[in-house]
Amino acid sequence: MEHIVIIGNGISGVTAARHIRKLSDKRITIISAETEYFFSRTALMYIYMGHMKFEHTQPYENWFWKKNRIELKKGYVEQIKDASKELIFVNGETMSYDKLIIATGSKPNKFGWPGQDLDGVMGMYHKQDLENLETYAPNNKVCQRAVIVGGGLIGIELAEMLQSRDIKVTFLVRESSFWNGVLPAGESEMINQHIKEHHIDLRLGVNLQEIKADENGKVKSIIIKETGEEIPCTVVGLTAGVSPNVDFLKTSNIEIGRGVKVNRKLETNVPDIYAIGDCAEQHEAIGNRRPIEAVWYTGRMMGETVAQTICGNPKEYNPGHWFNSAKFLDIEYQTYGWVFGERGRPDYEQHFHWKHPEQHLCITIAYHKETNKFLGINTFGIRMRHHSFDTWLNEGRSVAYVLEHLADANFDPEFYKLHEKEIVAQFNKENNTNIQLKKRSWKRIFQFS
Amino acid sequence: MKTLQHIGLSLLLVGLAIFTILPFVGSYELNAEKFDEIVKNKGIKSELFIEDLKATTVDKEFSNPFSFSSNITTAIADANEKHKANSEWDKVIWNKPHSFSYEIAKDVGSGPVKEHKGLFWFLTFGLGIIGALLFIIPQLYLKPIPGIKNNGIWLNASTNRGWIAWFVFVFLVGFYILLYFYPDYIVNWTYLVDPISQSISGNLASQWFLYGFLYCTVMTVMAIRMYIKYRHNKYQMLRTTSVLFFQIVFAFLIPEIMVSFEMPWYDFKNAFPLDYDFFFQWNLKELINSGAIGIFILVWGILLTIVVVPVMVYFFGKRWYCSWVCGCGGLAETLGDPYRQLSDKSLRSWQVERWLIHGVLVFAIIMTGMTLYAYFTGADMILGIKTQTVQDTYGFLIGSIFAGVIGTGFYPIFGNRVWCRFGCPLAAYLGIVQRFKSKFRITTNGGQCISCGNCSTYCEQGIDVRAYAQKGQNIVRSSCVGCGICSAVCPRGVLKLENGSDDGATRHKVPEVMLGNDVDLFQMLEDNK
Repeated sequence: MEHIVIIGNGISGVTAARHIRKLSDKRITIISAETEYFFSRTALMYIYMGHMKFEHTQPYENWFWKKNRIELKKGYVEQIKDASKELIFVNGETMSYDKLIIATGSKPNKFGWPGQDLDGVMGMYHKQDLENLETYAPNNKVCQRAVIVGGGLIGIELAEMLQSRDIKVTFLVRESSFWNGVLPAGESEMINQHIKEHHIDLRLGVNLQEIKADENGKVKSIIIKETGEEIPCTVVGLTAGVSPNVDFLKTSNIEIGRGVKVNRKLETNVPDIYAIGDCAEQHEAIGNRRPIEAVWYTGRMMGETVAQTICGNPKEYNPGHWFNSAKFLDIEYQTYGWVFGERGRPDYEQHFHWKHPEQHLCITIAYHKETNKFLGINTFGIRMRHHSFDTWLNEGRSVAYVLEHLADANFDPEFYKLHEKEIVAQFNKENNTNIQLKKRSWKRIFQFS
Repeated sequence: MKTLQHIGLSLLLVGLAIFTILPFVGSYELNAEKFDEIVKNKGIKSELFIEDLKATTVDKEFSNPFSFSSNITTAIADANEKHKANSEWDKVIWNKPHSFSYEIAKDVGSGPVKEHKGLFWFLTFGLGIIGALLFIIPQLYLKPIPGIKNNGIWLNASTNRGWIAWFVFVFLVGFYILLYFYPDYIVNWTYLVDPISQSISGNLASQWFLYGFLYCTVMTVMAIRMYIKYRHNKYQMLRTTSVLFFQIVFAFLIPEIMVSFEMPWYDFKNAFPLDYDFFFQWNLKELINSGAIGIFILVWGILLTIVVVPVMVYFFGKRWYCSWVCGCGGLAETLGDPYRQLSDKSLRSWQVERWLIHGVLVFAIIMTGMTLYAYFTGADMILGIKTQTVQDTYGFLIGSIFAGVIGTGFYPIFGNRVWCRFGCPLAAYLGIVQRFKSKFRITTNGGQCISCGNCSTYCEQGIDVRAYAQKGQNIVRSSCVGCGICSAVCPRGVLKLENGSDDGATRHKVPEVMLGNDVDLFQMLEDNK
């Protein structure tokens, strides 16, 4: 029986395993050095915050793996011998495979800052990081102030985590406004305000100079490059993005760029070795996507795709329309299609921005300047229906059509105040149009193609 | 603000402590004159019982209700044993011993509580309410930004099955055992609410009035907590208001007011088979003898179960009842909200749930069938089984132990919907309708789920919501009471409670957009099935 070995038990590897099992009777082994069972990495924050216990973050009960004949192996792969199709573990054990899927995910970036390996400096990615944080920041007596370096999604989550235990947080962001590489200015500014409203000490446009140690080799303070200011702290969170976790492959014949180089079928240059998820790097980016997509959803899709290929239906990774979501403290964010921030925004992309006068609610709709074709939407504090936007993007609808049917797309809980009228009225006013909002129709909503 | 909370907590604990020691306060003395009156009014023909009590109890002062009650209940038991042995059926005392003893104790009890009902009401209920509100309201200022506030729930001994939870568990279970089985021990508690009962119905408070009043009080205070915690979520605000309204008006005020007009006590929203004794002989008799209102209640009660309930479930799901109207649900959604995360999500518990809840439904239906058979034919036995025995067993096991002692007492250990999930026959009935013929579902928002597990963790009914959401599948489950918390706690806006269309395809089907894959891949998945 063909033996499929998957290195990494994150969402990509586990999705691949589940789908291979659905489609075939092959022997499947998942290897992980991090945890025995699959857990949702995105939920780590909620454990520290006391919303959940670790076991709640495990999407499948422990009996699931045996029942579905997915073997789990705890161990750290040090080397891949592709000629003999063998894996060498760090403890000297070996395992042979017929097909190998590399799904090793990411690791937090470190940019060679002085002091970046001191006690009390950590990322927030692995389960071990969570345990570390629990040691160094169990409460606000042990940790009176923490400094977070890097203004991305993990950074703001770490800030929220520390806040939940009343630990004071200074948040260093290199950009002039939070996540403005991705978000348009108005939205980014709203998040800046929300961060400050939560009494997080947000410092925009600053970089880390160095992390200073006390006599025991523990973090004592950090220095800000631009001002030279020293901020005393006992924990430093490094959240300046992630990069593929592929160092162990450097001795192999597998082609490595920043990640494992793969073609559209997620095959590496070595036969029978595939790479999926955060660690995979496309030779050429797909559409507006980046060559490396460190996103939960794309990991899941790649897992499904590679399972098809391995089970005899060679299939290209062909993700549908881009979508993503996040939560910034109390503000939920969803995006469908493409809405660019200032950076990398194509000339043809026109934005319509609506913001609620008092509350933290806003949307940005991107559309083509000349053709009026709808390109994408960012929505903050208002939930929107994935299915609606995916359909409209497939059908190449115009911005007018989208606004006209915006009520169909609302996904807020029942009885919430709806804002489509104000949104459409503002668009009409700004663009001298006469779009009439249609009433929500279940018939349209449930028209599944 | 923190100090205020600490003061509030202390007041609440003082109030609870006073409440707890009240049964030990005061004295009980049954004088000869009173005793003769009781014997006469109750039509007691047992000379054994009369002699026994005269020797042990009459004209003696007791400093606690336990020995007083013990004398009465033992006397009943001893006398009945001998009368039954001698087949002196007319002398047997058929009253429930502790209820019999309750009536006497309520009448002859004395002491500070009875003399200062208002003062002691303040020292128990009053301090409890003020204390709880002082603890709850500062949250508005401590956490001024609206949003999900679940920080520290699994780190707190009161909500993670820690020592505080076990303490509360013992307290609640003890309370329910006293309330259901030893009302004669808690006459002092009923004195506290006598003035309120008298002002509503003109009668002195029974233990059930006490329970009703306490129920409304606890729900109101904890509803304020809900209003603060979920102030950003209008669905939760309206739902909380609705359960509170139906509890106070329908379950408490209307029945009491009806009694004051010499009408039967009836809760118009309490549908059979949750209202399991609706078709019991004594109830049918009482209704039929109550004139037009009695007949109206009879017709309404039948219509409620046969027409209103299923039709409403078709349009709105069982939530319209379980988390908008029902009293059990009302307590679970207010007092029980801090415990919702404790429900078991394992597949095993789902299997147990299905057997148990449908078992209770079958039990209730068989019992009612026997009851109606007995009512119309006059035969009190079917296949050698006494209808009365079946009714008593149901009342004890399901009505008291399951719904009360376990249903609420186990909140801090097994979560707030133990009864609704595992035991309620009405929930089972509504669930069957919801599963097979309803517009209601929880829609999953395409591929946006990140499998974090907040929805499953906070599902009070123990549904593994994530298992569906991460597959892009809608949640159509008989047990879902539509509380809406999964949707509220979801950090990515994945879940929405909806009354859409009832056709199987859109309720259950996974549209191909779901995982964000292109259409071809899904087509291929289909082809390869």
